[in-house]
Amino acid sequence: MANYYTDHPELEFYLNHPLMKRVVELREHFYEDKDKFDDAPVDYEDCIENYKRVLEIMGDLAANVFAPNSEAVDLEGPHLENGRMIYASKTFENLDAIRKAGLSGVAQARRYGGLNFPNVPFSMLSEIVSAADSSFQNIWSLQSCADTLYEFGSEEQRQRYIPRVCAGETMSMDLTEPDAGSDLQRVMLKATYDEAEGCWRLNGVKRFITNGDSDVHLVLARSEEGTTDGRGLSMFIYDKRSGGVDVRHIEHKLGIHGSPTCELVFKNAKAELVGSTRLGLIKYVMALMNGARLGIAAQSVGLSQEAYNEALAYARERAQFGKKIIDFPAVYDILATMKAKLDAGRSLLYQTARYVDIYKGLEDLQRCGRELSAEEKQEMKKYSRLADAFTPLCKGMNSEYCNQNAYDAISVHGGSGFIMEYKCQRLYRDARIFSIYEGTTQLQVVAAIRYITNGTYLNIMKEMLEDEVSAELQPLKERAAALVAKYETVLAGIAGESQEKQDFIARHLYEMTGDIIMSLLILRDASVRADLFARSAHVYVRLAEADFAKHEAFIATVKEEDLENYRAE
Amino acid sequence: MEYKIIVLAKQVPDTRNVGKDAMTEAGTVNRAALPAIFNPDDLLALEQALQIKDQNPGTKVGVLTMGPPRAGEIIRQGLYRGADTGWLLTDRLFAGADTLATSYALATAIKKIGVPDIIIGGRQAIDGDTAQVGPQVAQKLGLTQVTYAEEILKIEDGKATIRRHIDGGVETVVAPLPLVITVNGSATPCRPCNAKLVMKYKRATCPAERPAEPGQYDYLYEQKPYLNLTQWSVADVDGDPQQCGNAGSPTKVKAVQNIVFQAKESKTLSGSDADVEGLIQELLNEKIIG
Repeated sequence: MANYYTDHPELEFYLNHPLMKRVVELREHFYEDKDKFDDAPVDYEDCIENYKRVLEIMGDLAANVFAPNSEAVDLEGPHLENGRMIYASKTFENLDAIRKAGLSGVAQARRYGGLNFPNVPFSMLSEIVSAADSSFQNIWSLQSCADTLYEFGSEEQRQRYIPRVCAGETMSMDLTEPDAGSDLQRVMLKATYDEAEGCWRLNGVKRFITNGDSDVHLVLARSEEGTTDGRGLSMFIYDKRSGGVDVRHIEHKLGIHGSPTCELVFKNAKAELVGSTRLGLIKYVMALMNGARLGIAAQSVGLSQEAYNEALAYARERAQFGKKIIDFPAVYDILATMKAKLDAGRSLLYQTARYVDIYKGLEDLQRCGRELSAEEKQEMKKYSRLADAFTPLCKGMNSEYCNQNAYDAISVHGGSGFIMEYKCQRLYRDARIFSIYEGTTQLQVVAAIRYITNGTYLNIMKEMLEDEVSAELQPLKERAAALVAKYETVLAGIAGESQEKQDFIARHLYEMTGDIIMSLLILRDASVRADLFARSAHVYVRLAEADFAKHEAFIATVKEEDLENYRAE
Repeated sequence: MEYKIIVLAKQVPDTRNVGKDAMTEAGTVNRAALPAIFNPDDLLALEQALQIKDQNPGTKVGVLTMGPPRAGEIIRQGLYRGADTGWLLTDRLFAGADTLATSYALATAIKKIGVPDIIIGGRQAIDGDTAQVGPQVAQKLGLTQVTYAEEILKIEDGKATIRRHIDGGVETVVAPLPLVITVNGSATPCRPCNAKLVMKYKRATCPAERPAEPGQYDYLYEQKPYLNLTQWSVADVDGDPQQCGNAGSPTKVKAVQNIVFQAKESKTLSGSDADVEGLIQELLNEKIIG
């Protein structure tokens, strides 16, 4: 029987990465739950076995429930009924399967009813759901909002809300407003303290809220009257059970039809504060957003895989000019390129997830009352910085690759790909939002650029170059090393340039960074499992060299005065 | 109300996805080439049992299966979905059983466990397709039986209301507990495995399944008793070896033939002794049985 986990052995490979031992022992607080919970692992191997088992359950549901439902979900979509959003009927079926399988609250601690999974296996689950139905991945993965509730909420709030999420209630993060999209500092939704009732009240409108009629909302609102910037914003929990929020409109979108995008009207809605006032945007949303970005990267990799599978199956089946089209260089080039972007992007995803897991693991130990040693503090600092650097690279590159792969899947299908009966058209439409929401690629560049110019990426590249690779891959590694040397030269060359010019070429620098980091990652993977990754390593490094050269040439000739030719009149 | 339920389940070769190696040259099923799965109808029976448990907290569901040691997987699959316990009948003396010997073994084990409120199984298994074992178990235990069940609508005052799938429609019947039910393929699909239960029970095995050499997790079997599945031999259930397995199976396969059903008309008989007698006579005359 088809299984979206076991059908792709690449996933298991990343479960067995050497850093996983540290990831797991931190997340499990050195296996302290083993005598308290029947489902808790007793050691590292046992824990990895647990991850695999749970991934198999999701892989089964993805192949046998979500994927078969996906077309009907896309066609039906959610609808509005008396101010309430009603999911597509098959989305309810998907949610029911998730609840019964106990796959909600996956990343929450066991004491609140969760499975205590770190980001690596959580991202794998996300990837698998997305491959089957990326619109459902949105609804499912919003359970990560509970991470923010856990990190910044009170113990009493955790105990009240997290078990509900673990039992299958859904969440949403209500940030965007008509005049506050990329620029969240402009959020206007008003929060006022109701002295009589001893609670906060929310009034205003939120727009483009994914899964906006969820059970538990995290809401960004202005608690400080008279302020106009991010420092006047706080985060609140709105519980649907208390009422006061109606859905006014559900957007008609190009893709992810199954994922309801809602416009919400808050009418004196009762809410409770999370953490402290004024930290809503500058601290809590930033944490929330980093988690969500990793989620979109996983969503992108999942859809990329599905696009590749669809294209490959079609190319193997379809014959023209007397042979299967997969035997034509023009077609196998497309397929190999898709696979290389998929493999390289996935490697970046799990590298990022491991970085996040190590620093979050240490942070949680500290939160739970353990004194960290000096080395551990150092370790936390290192991985926190790497996670901050890699998250925007991971989200931006993967969402762009996913779009490229969805486009290429249609190319392989030819005219059939343009027909609504084929799945690749849905993948193409669904993918388009990935490089937009949770920060556009342009904003990922903004988030990443300082790690480019301050040498964070360059240092990690040099560190990665010290890794041994297999003898067969040595020539490829030398080519990657040559790219690192050129990259260093490019960085030195732009050091004194104006801010405007640096911003102008930032996207090019960002993609060059991605080219090299992913080349080094896929080389390392191919060294361990040549059978899975050697072909992609060869294809990807060549692709990276060509892409790098393109950007290098672009940057080389841009002068300050050239910007005038670009500026809108 | 709290009920006791035994689910009869069989591990079968997956005959739904048959590849070219599915049959041996001798014309028998090549079990090695087909994955062993939970018989699909039995999985539907398990779901009905679990729904009764959902609606009646305190209800206990146990999975009873007979087979080689690896059939312990059937019990685990039950535990992963919410069953409370299980029993594996495994013994060389049980091997080679036809439906008569199978129902004898199951009925004997049920007597050992104690006759529950409900015994429920699939209508038939996809390897033998006889649909005989459930009814035979009922007969041997002297219990009422409801076959072709699609849904157990309610259980109240010691009676179960059940919707049956019959030719050309459905029929709703009321039957007293204790009761044997066999579930039709049109019943609601079984729930998925539950993540926490899979993590909890993943090492649950019966002694016969465990490798002889010591393993990394052997200590857990003492620490966590629920990881030890019950395994019974013929002697353990006080069975008569002559009525078990090959020895207790009058069925002998003479030849296997491919047949295509061509007859379109069907006959409906009542349950009266005269009709049953007439059918037996007809089958004997046409040498279909004998």
